[in-house]
Amino acid sequence: MGMTYVQKLLARACGKSAVALGDVLEPPVHLAMSHENGALVINQFNEIFQGTGREPKVWDPSRIAIIFDHRVPAESSKTATNQKKIREFIAKQGITKFHDIRGDVGGICHQILPENGYVRPGQVLVGTDSHTTTHGALGAFAFGIGATEMASVWALGNILNVEVPGTIKVVVNGRFARGVYPKDLILYLIGKLTAEGANYRVIEFHGETIRSMPTSGRLVLCNMTVEAGATGGVIPPDAETERYLREEAGVKEPLDLFGPDADAVYDQVVEVDAATLAPQIACPHTVDNVKPIGEVAGKKIQQIVVGSCTNGRLDDLEVAAAILKGKRVADSTRMLIFPASWRIYAEALRLGYLADLIAAGAVVCNPGCGPCLGIHQGALADGETALATTNRNFKGRMGNPNAEVYLCSTAVAATSALTGVISDPRGVN
Amino acid sequence: MATGKVVRKLGDDISTDIIYPGRFMATVLPTETPQYAFVDDAGFNRKLKAKEIPPGSFIVAGGNFGCGSSREQAASCIKGYEITVIARNFARIFLQNSINVGLAMVICPNIEAEEGDELDVTGGKVVNRTSGKSFAIESLPQARQAIIDAGGLIPYARRLLLERPVR
Ligand code: SF4
Repeated sequence: MGMTYVQKLLARACGKSAVALGDVLEPPVHLAMSHENGALVINQFNEIFQGTGREPKVWDPSRIAIIFDHRVPAESSKTATNQKKIREFIAKQGITKFHDIRGDVGGICHQILPENGYVRPGQVLVGTDSHTTTHGALGAFAFGIGATEMASVWALGNILNVEVPGTIKVVVNGRFARGVYPKDLILYLIGKLTAEGANYRVIEFHGETIRSMPTSGRLVLCNMTVEAGATGGVIPPDAETERYLREEAGVKEPLDLFGPDADAVYDQVVEVDAATLAPQIACPHTVDNVKPIGEVAGKKIQQIVVGSCTNGRLDDLEVAAAILKGKRVADSTRMLIFPASWRIYAEALRLGYLADLIAAGAVVCNPGCGPCLGIHQGALADGETALATTNRNFKGRMGNPNAEVYLCSTAVAATSALTGVISDPRGVN
Repeated sequence: MATGKVVRKLGDDISTDIIYPGRFMATVLPTETPQYAFVDDAGFNRKLKAKEIPPGSFIVAGGNFGCGSSREQAASCIKGYEITVIARNFARIFLQNSINVGLAMVICPNIEAEEGDELDVTGGKVVNRTSGKSFAIESLPQARQAIIDAGGLIPYARRLLLERPVR
């Protein structure tokens, strides 16, 4: 019987010729990523070594990546102290893939890993962040884990208790209409599958629309698969994967590219015609509460956010700048932009996108998680409504349980910034 | 397991932002996280902090409990009160975190219970003493049960570490 992409990947990682659904494996980890929550990982890691008579040493410092992004620059002395503790640990352990609060190498973890060539097809990649699913866009089996689980990975180098997951095959064909983007596709899918519809399973993407989609769009799709409960999302690597890794991520060494077996067995197959999609909006307070834009157009918005690990890439800034250039953010709303990395920020600066956005009245924040989780930037007032290109609209997200968050594509966000109400980008420009 | 009362009944898709909001993420120690458990559910949080809820009580929820972020504080903050969570099913990362930090949880796909009901969790089922009905429990995969039996992931990983040569 044929194997799905992730089945095959796990078999290779474990040195087996085949694995079956439900097998429990302990694959070696190729890359282990953490951010500020590394502070808790360090505690748990030291705990594991307690009483063993061994010195706490990570299994392989070259396979650990740590990126400061959730609270940068530190918003409180508590965070600053956590960051200091992590820096000291990194120096002591000799961890090299470290991205501190810096304008040259900083940014959000889910952009830093791909753009620095840390992600490769065939990897088992774990991160103490639920959106680690993002990296499936480059053919890794990438998923989120908790801090104690990560401590165990740092100590052992394996991820324990991985049950070979079932897979949902999503086949997308057809061309997006003008004004419709990968974000609309993934929102539509989450609405269809529901927030728990892919629980404990992997979503494998196929079809013409995916094959012709640049990596930036694929990252959006895989980033949000966790919002349908999926363990991971994955795009079997192809020519575009190779192009991205070579040209944008600077990867030089040979790549191990493979695909699922032609006779792989899937739990479910979902087909989507991209040409029929309208822009989609996820309404409060669950990501699966998705409606086509026509049903919510006209809703008043006080804060518009473009950015995050979902839609804070260069093409997002390009779209936003094209819509806002020479125009003005409506007085009834405010617009915040936070690029996904400083590399993107610098490029957007060079191309003039940031100047266009600022001239239109947008506020450009530093790269980082910022308003996405509402810890220290862009919090909402009671009763306010935000429209964001981020990936979660749970109650309390953006720092206030008495506020509402709607999710959308960058084109919808930018178009709505001009009017102050949810607005359809089709037919504009 | 034990007998206790349902102290909170919750719906589907209770996210980690509800259990432990992101704004308290800089607090990480299991000894400190319980103060922020369900902090935006002010009445419940106050009762928890005032120790009005006896250990061994139950939270009963619908499907997909703990969806969202991987933050482990969402498991450790409930564990701090020795509450057991019974849900129709759990989101993957939350389930694994609960096992790892020793939060008691029960997967009970057909659970019916209201706040104030008295429940008994025994050999493979949840008995609702108030309504007289009982509901089957879904057992955990064996490999996960081994971590619970070891007392959590830290002792389990420690044991595995000691089986390996010193680096
Ligand atoms: S931008 Fe938002 S979703 Fe992405 S890693 Fe940061 S907090 Fe998480």
